[in-house]
Amino acid sequence: MKGITKKFNLRQRTIAKIILAILFLIAIIVSGLLIGNDKLSIQLDLKNSAPSLAHLFGTDWLGRDMLARTLKGLTISLGVGLLAAILSSLIALAFSLLASWNKTMDAMITWLIDMFLSVPHLVLLILISFAVGGGFTGVVIGLSLTHWPSLTRLLRGEVLQIKSAEYVGISRRLGKSRWWIARHHLIPHLLPQLFVGMVLLFPHAILHEAAITFLGFGLSTEQPAIGIILSESMRYLSTGMWWLAFFPGLSLLIMVGIFDILGKNIRKLIDPFHGQKG
Amino acid sequence: MHYQRIALYIFKKIGKLITLLVAVSILSFTLISLSPIDPVRSYIGADMTRVGPEQRENIAEYWGLNESKVQKFLNWGSHLLQGDLGTSLLYRSPVTAIIAERFLASLALMGLAWVFSGLFGFLIGSIAGMKEGTWIDRIIKGYCYTLASTPAFWLGLLLVMIFSVSLGWFPIGLGTPAGVLAGDVSLLERLRHLFLPTLTLSIVGVANVALHTRQKLIEVLNSDYIRYANAKGEHGFKLFLRHGIKNIALPAISLHFASFGELFGGAVLTEQVFSYPGLGQAVVQAGLGGDIPLLLGIVLFMTIFVFIGNLIADILYKVIDPRIRKGDF
Repeated sequence: MKGITKKFNLRQRTIAKIILAILFLIAIIVSGLLIGNDKLSIQLDLKNSAPSLAHLFGTDWLGRDMLARTLKGLTISLGVGLLAAILSSLIALAFSLLASWNKTMDAMITWLIDMFLSVPHLVLLILISFAVGGGFTGVVIGLSLTHWPSLTRLLRGEVLQIKSAEYVGISRRLGKSRWWIARHHLIPHLLPQLFVGMVLLFPHAILHEAAITFLGFGLSTEQPAIGIILSESMRYLSTGMWWLAFFPGLSLLIMVGIFDILGKNIRKLIDPFHGQKG
Repeated sequence: MHYQRIALYIFKKIGKLITLLVAVSILSFTLISLSPIDPVRSYIGADMTRVGPEQRENIAEYWGLNESKVQKFLNWGSHLLQGDLGTSLLYRSPVTAIIAERFLASLALMGLAWVFSGLFGFLIGSIAGMKEGTWIDRIIKGYCYTLASTPAFWLGLLLVMIFSVSLGWFPIGLGTPAGVLAGDVSLLERLRHLFLPTLTLSIVGVANVALHTRQKLIEVLNSDYIRYANAKGEHGFKLFLRHGIKNIALPAISLHFASFGELFGGAVLTEQVFSYPGLGQAVVQAGLGGDIPLLLGIVLFMTIFVFIGNLIADILYKVIDPRIRKGDF
């Protein structure tokens, strides 16, 4: 370990970590997509078997391979998380640009952020999925509408700083429109922050997706999402079938952790001042 | 002058709470009225086929479902102002009573977990900060980062599997033993049922406080007065006690008060795993069962709860730290 640390500098190590994390995620997606429905078929003669070489994660009460179900579930979670994180960041970008319009707008956006932060995330999620009627769209809409405030706050601070810069003032006096200034001065500055913020939103979005699905508001039971797998496993816990809950949860933890590592290392690379702290 | 300032502060905060509650109630009411779930259907449940159209119409009439949305909101709002949150459809009793009863159960769980996670988080955060860069710091940091990506309900499931199913030390769930009247349950039995949910919620809550405390302590340790104290010969625990703890305790406590929202989020999941009869379980059942009065009541109640947490955090800063008090009270 010491040798590796000395041989490569921080930049090289950071890039290596990013590449490894991306490779790992691609492996999850590809294997999740490659697994067809035949792998998930019901084989009653194999039901309730503990983890073995043939079935690394064991099988469930219908004889389905848990490894295949977990990978499929991770892919679904990843898709939901990706969509929700992108939508959330777009909302955050739009709001932070709106906040730069004038003082009233800024106060309104700040108030909106405060309001969304003052209702517990999970309660708001339950409320929104209730309103939309659950399912895939419900989860994605709920997650996107609940995850923008913290990122908006960050971007808003950034916008206020850029707005007071001299070159922005010159542009304004030259008669450039607000939209022109936003496009040429604000957005290019915000993009790195936005991108990092989006990657760091991923873990939250995925965890909340799993939580809300676990509670029964999210994806429908036909889709083998991790939350569904875990809530189903609750019924079989007292029979001692530990592998039903252990491996899917652990895989989710690892995936979320990888996203966290990915986000932090990307930030280290493009925002070294903040990224290298802690 | 001083009292005037305090009065102004209280006035401002109350005004903020009122606008917040109005906004949250409008927002949640709008969201709920968008819902495609038919309240009559969710009320009747599986017996839907046995209920004729006239009866359905009668129920809708009785609940005032045929009125316009604005009218419904005004009805609900005017009752709300009189302290009447309506009647829960699932429990068939007043929402206020259910919230009060459920919240007490949740409060035991959340309060214990809040205290434990705060103390433990502060402790390991301080250790990590004092020993920055050593193996123990790395372990604590790694532990916290892992916790931050751990789903709370999965942790609960793991604890059930280990302590209840394999070892049999603790009951699998519920707030009281099955088949015993709630009044007859001894305190010890209650605590036994409370142990695993509290443990789950405490473990989840540790990461935030610990990482924050660590960061603050490292900042403090890099300051000039610590260098001076070092030069005077103060090291280790004594140094921490005399110069460190005062400077990092307040931010940590404030942060912990401001985390009521996350605490409740964790409690919802934990209560679901352990079938613990608290407010979190009630909100899930209300959402799944289409119990709109209860759902709205809990949303408003939780908003107040989180607001109180943030308010305490704010006040603590102002009362204890004179530097902030001077700025703007």
